Amino acid sequence: MTISTLKQMFFMPNFNFLISFKSSIKRLCKEPLGLLGLILVTLIVGSAVLAPWLVPHDPIAIDVMNRLKGPSIEHWFGTDQLGRDVFSRVLMGGQVALMVAVSAISLALGCGLFLGLLAGFGPAWLDHIIVTLFDTVRSFPTIIFALAVVTLTGPSLTTIILVVVVTSIPIYGRVVRTQTQALSAQEFILAERALGASMPRVLWVHMLPNVIGQLLILASMDVPIVITIEAGLSFLGLGIQPPTPSWGTILNDGYSYIRNTPWMIIAGGIPLILCTLGFTFLGESLRDIFDPKLRKDI
Amino acid sequence: MPNLLEARDVRVRFRSKSVIKSLLERDADPFLDAVCGVSLNVQPGETFAIVGESGSGKTTLARAITGLVKAQEGSIRYQNKELIGLSDSQFRPLRRDIAMMFQDPIGSLSPRLTVEALITEPFKIHGVKVDDYAAEARRLLAMVGLPAHFASRYPFQLSGGQARRVGVARALALSPKLIVADEPTAGLDVSVQGEILNLLAKLQSELGLSLLIITHNLSVVRHISDRMGIMYLGRFVEQGNTDEIFEQAKHPYTQALLSANHDPDPDAHSERIELQGEVPSLLQRPMGCEFHTRCPNAKDICRNKVPDMFSSSTGHEASCHFIDNI
Amino acid sequence: MTELILDVHDLSIDYRTPRGQLKALRNVNMTIPKGKIVGIVGESGCGKSTLISAIINLMASNAEVSNGGVKFLQDELFELSKKQMQAIRGDKLSIVFQDPMTSLNPVVSIGDQMTDIQYRDKVSKKEKTAKAIKMLDRVGIPDPESRLAQFPHEFSGGMLQRIAIAMALLVEPDLLIADEPTTALDATLEVQIIYRLKELQASQGCSILFISHHLGVIAELCDEVVVMYSGEVVEKGSVRDIFHHASHPYTQKLLKCDPAAIKQKTKDLPTILGSLPDLIEVPKGCIFADRCDSASALCLEQKPKAVQINESHVANCHLLDEAGAMYA
Repeated sequence: MTISTLKQMFFMPNFNFLISFKSSIKRLCKEPLGLLGLILVTLIVGSAVLAPWLVPHDPIAIDVMNRLKGPSIEHWFGTDQLGRDVFSRVLMGGQVALMVAVSAISLALGCGLFLGLLAGFGPAWLDHIIVTLFDTVRSFPTIIFALAVVTLTGPSLTTIILVVVVTSIPIYGRVVRTQTQALSAQEFILAERALGASMPRVLWVHMLPNVIGQLLILASMDVPIVITIEAGLSFLGLGIQPPTPSWGTILNDGYSYIRNTPWMIIAGGIPLILCTLGFTFLGESLRDIFDPKLRKDI
Repeated sequence: MPNLLEARDVRVRFRSKSVIKSLLERDADPFLDAVCGVSLNVQPGETFAIVGESGSGKTTLARAITGLVKAQEGSIRYQNKELIGLSDSQFRPLRRDIAMMFQDPIGSLSPRLTVEALITEPFKIHGVKVDDYAAEARRLLAMVGLPAHFASRYPFQLSGGQARRVGVARALALSPKLIVADEPTAGLDVSVQGEILNLLAKLQSELGLSLLIITHNLSVVRHISDRMGIMYLGRFVEQGNTDEIFEQAKHPYTQALLSANHDPDPDAHSERIELQGEVPSLLQRPMGCEFHTRCPNAKDICRNKVPDMFSSSTGHEASCHFIDNI
Repeated sequence: MTELILDVHDLSIDYRTPRGQLKALRNVNMTIPKGKIVGIVGESGCGKSTLISAIINLMASNAEVSNGGVKFLQDELFELSKKQMQAIRGDKLSIVFQDPMTSLNPVVSIGDQMTDIQYRDKVSKKEKTAKAIKMLDRVGIPDPESRLAQFPHEFSGGMLQRIAIAMALLVEPDLLIADEPTTALDATLEVQIIYRLKELQASQGCSILFISHHLGVIAELCDEVVVMYSGEVVEKGSVRDIFHHASHPYTQKLLKCDPAAIKQKTKDLPTILGSLPDLIEVPKGCIFADRCDSASALCLEQKPKAVQINESHVANCHLLDEAGAMYA
């Protein structure tokens, strides 16, 4: 049995929006901001993935004798109040940040996709229920929601992920719903219905591949937002608990000891800024490349 | 010969106001009739053309026949089986026999599937066992005159004419008995229109298909259809053998449509009938004969009384107060 | 010497694409005399959109004029500054587009749009409104005064196209460009629009450049016809020259393909086999050679020169001698 026959048996959708992957990367490199975004993102992701091997020192090793020192050859970003190497903590913090972002966004994406497809293509009553659900969740202020969850489950990594997932599902869901609605009116969907395709088949084989491209770009632009939420919650003490390094906790420590050294704030802030800029530039340039209507040439 | 498809007094209505609004405004009839009382027959192996301009209801009628839109009244029988009122799952097995081709050649093809995937979709949807999808695809492509290497192309890589052929191939996949083609020549250049029409004619004679063609292009209808019906505001105003109608159109609207088809000859002396005004809104149907607002021959009786349908022995029907002899 | 409103001389336009230079127009020569209606006939890919964008000088960002130019009245359009060009558009040169649903501003009322385009006239708003009402009446909009406050979505396609024509002629241009104005409309509406256009042109005396692939309309409306194929002008002449004495093989085949011209019912309609040539690697011989039944070796090797068949009629084909008769 060939791969294609297997594929057809399980009606795999065709994720071939990557057909023009190479040419897209080339076009991306021609845009200055896109190229910058690509470089920054590669750096951040690379350093996050390879963090355990890149760290010059143990991020949680305490060395009180050398506390609150400025940058030096030994410690590129100096040391924190317990003498831990800030640079190593920043690198490991990056890994934590990315892990939170990836897992939270993937979960939110999956649920949002599912609910959005149902809302956009399914019967009107289902659409009403799902949209009401989305609007209710969205109307909760995130911080209040986070506090409520923390009260229930205690502060931890799981808390952050839960908060992010629940507040992001409606965002993705709405985008998918709008796109699905627009697609449902298109002739090829009508053509598939005329062939007798069932609703699950139409959603899985025909809708999903056409919707997911936009969604992935949205998700990539969400990464810095999620990381910032994580940093914010950790800053407030609601998220990552010590001694696990996180950009938010570094910022918090830096805030407490700002009179001793400004370097911790800088060290905590710079990666957040680079991350936000990098993913945003990349995401926007990708969106411009993939949207044929924005092209001014023929 | 028993009719393959028989439609009697088909009526398709759409809500023009939401339930709440119509209650508040005490509107007893918040509907518009896109199709109001259409009857037609299609026999095996024949081509019937439904001709009309925008707003005539021809596309809605086609979609009612293929079950994409629900008809409220009347009957549509395929091989004596009633289609109106069937649920989606009940209709599904019939979709093997009744195939549809859509107006937008590239837009009706799922953009992220290859041509091979597109034309073998019907097999997968209906669970028809196939050993080699690629071979099936090649066979269907050959039937429509496309080379085998097109199987790996995507819709955006096809020209309008090529995409139409893929649409035909897809419609043929499960050997249907009736193909409903919505504007098969729309958007095609004149030099390639012939290709698709010749193909449909050839397939019809080889496979014994029936064709139901929806179009506004009268000059094309003459060559490919055996019988035709002209729709205006959701009704047939004239119906009959194509040759007879082209020779002697009885209804003023048909006459106007025929005269609008400019002969490409600067010295052509045909009198063009210029119709007054625009097609009335479906929400405000004219009284009496619905065509009277645009008819060059309209008299008082037309404004007040709905004309009867006159029919001849050859099945030529027209509804007008001033039909001399039919 | 008849005054020429438009003179496209030896115009060649390329598009920069990742695969190379796409030679969309090659040595296009055509003229529009004062007060005449000139039709351009061509199918998809013939270059008519590029030609129009060149005439109004609103070309795509990757377009390059590699040769020639466009002379409008006394000015070479490509030498004018942006401001000068803006002064011409909407005053001496106006254009009606194919899709009336998208060519009018959906959030501005018709009345406002029609008075807005008269911004160059130093007259009162009342006079502008009066002019607008008069023009709407002339294009056949019933009860125009009451409709001025309405918005485009409240009109049907046929009405909108009439409004678009009214707007285009309101400024009394020297040249009106009509880009497939009836393609999106039904046949009965097309008849109405064509008649109105003819009347208005006769009374205003402007020239019209009418683009269409509908041969019947061209035959009815136009005084002169230009036939384009794949970026070149293959034949041009008076409307009778083209329709009664078509000399270029493409024109002949095209006319044969029009189903309206075929009197006998047939199940084997004529077509032109083959497909358009690649305009990045333009074939060196005649552009139509690979689809032409009468092509010879010379046709594949050498570009044909323009042959003057009579005073107005020119065709580019090797098979024609000076009298315009075909060899073979």
